[in-house]
Amino acid sequence: MEDIYAAFATAAGLILNLDGDLLEIIGVSLQVSLFGVGIAALVALPLGGAVALLRFPGRKILIVFLNALMGLPPVVVGLVVYLLLSRSGPLGMLGLLFTVTGMVIAQCLLVTPLIAALSRQVFEDLWVEYAEQLRSLGAKPSRAVFTLLKEGKYSLLTVVLAGFGRAIAEVGSVLIVGGNIAHYTRTMTTAIALETSKGDLALALALGITLIIIASFVNALAYLTKDVLERYVV
Amino acid sequence: MHSLISPKMCWNATSFELPDTAVMDSKTRTDAQNPGSGILPLRLTNVGYCVCGRRLLSDINITFSPGGNTVVLGPNGAGKSLLLRLCHGLIKPTTGVIEWQDSNAGQYRQYQAMVFQRPVMLRRSVAANIEYPLRLNKVPKRERQQMLRQALETAGLMPLAGRHARILSGGEQQRVALARAWVLHPEVLFLDEPTTNLDPSATRAVEEIVMRFKAAGTKIIMTTHDLGQARRMADEVIFLHNGRVLESGPANEFFTQPRTLEGQAYLRGELLC
Repeated sequence: MEDIYAAFATAAGLILNLDGDLLEIIGVSLQVSLFGVGIAALVALPLGGAVALLRFPGRKILIVFLNALMGLPPVVVGLVVYLLLSRSGPLGMLGLLFTVTGMVIAQCLLVTPLIAALSRQVFEDLWVEYAEQLRSLGAKPSRAVFTLLKEGKYSLLTVVLAGFGRAIAEVGSVLIVGGNIAHYTRTMTTAIALETSKGDLALALALGITLIIIASFVNALAYLTKDVLERYVV
Repeated sequence: MHSLISPKMCWNATSFELPDTAVMDSKTRTDAQNPGSGILPLRLTNVGYCVCGRRLLSDINITFSPGGNTVVLGPNGAGKSLLLRLCHGLIKPTTGVIEWQDSNAGQYRQYQAMVFQRPVMLRRSVAANIEYPLRLNKVPKRERQQMLRQALETAGLMPLAGRHARILSGGEQQRVALARAWVLHPEVLFLDEPTTNLDPSATRAVEEIVMRFKAAGTKIIMTTHDLGQARRMADEVIFLHNGRVLESGPANEFFTQPRTLEGQAYLRGELLC
């Protein structure tokens, strides 16, 4: 038990002293997740809007497929991206395996279905309110998607933050694709897994605490944007 | 502009002449906004609408001609709002045909607009709300500013132009909705009970704006529950009951000598079922 207390004390020291290794790992994590979620949002939000507003053959199958992909196991995504980016894979010549870019691709693939599926629901709810008015004003579906994107920005931001939450907390795909290389592709989650297995609980705990702080901050941000900003900024 | 169009309104075998009130203000309509010879008359032939086997509208045969305010009256559930939605093109009739003089259906949104009972305000300023249809129709920026200003002035919204539309009162929001619908200077404006739930001063403001639109040459087709409003605003009346047109004709005839028992009962304020 004393070891655990000591680990907590050391972890607090690392965080308060802004330990270099710790900051570097946090930086890589944020970089990978922010880029991954940012690119995923650019694809997934219009996709969610299009699935919500357009009627086309196979739409229901696509919705079920997107919903199913929300629970996509990160290790499977990691494995697929690994196979694609490995030297013998179709994209091997790009040399992206064990790079931050490769990790961004993996997280992007992981988060895109989540954002698309959740945003589809947001778009559908908005469409109930706006459909007649926008159709009356002459907005075609493609234009209506972008109008709703603007109208539902706070709800959709919450969706994107949910995607960020999944990305920053996952370990499987970034471990496989990034390789957990020190000072290069080591993220908070992969470092926690490694340090725990090594028995260096202090660094693992420090990273775990930081991860919880970031997750709490993201949730607080989601709450603020949805409820507070929506109420006062409209 | 409407010289080739016979200004008559028909209901089944009955037809009558409308007062020639179609005053088109050419200054308010550029060719870009309203080209061609106009989209009226709007003819409904044997129009019916069913939902799950239940007939909500039956055998509607009416023609909306240019000029004058047409007010659609009737008790709740008569099919007034449905008739406007069908005419506006939001829903398609189950039976019958709805045809405009100008068959260029793809352009209708530039020529005819609708204001709903509860208009949806976009989460942006009053000016941006009114500008939205101009952007949708790719009106050039310079012309857009001019048309926006004109709509703001006509609806008395200049002092509110920068305010956020969602925090306005119900009456102010309805004025924004009117200006937004009219900003492209449509030839026809459908109004679905535009003053429901508004207090008398807001109702008066809305009525004044509608009359300004009419003076600028826009054909107004509106529904209302308010008989006083109908008397003030109507040039023609269409009386609906149980999804059928029971009477249609000049407003003064309907209000002084309704032809049907239902029309008489409605004007006496009796409950129709």
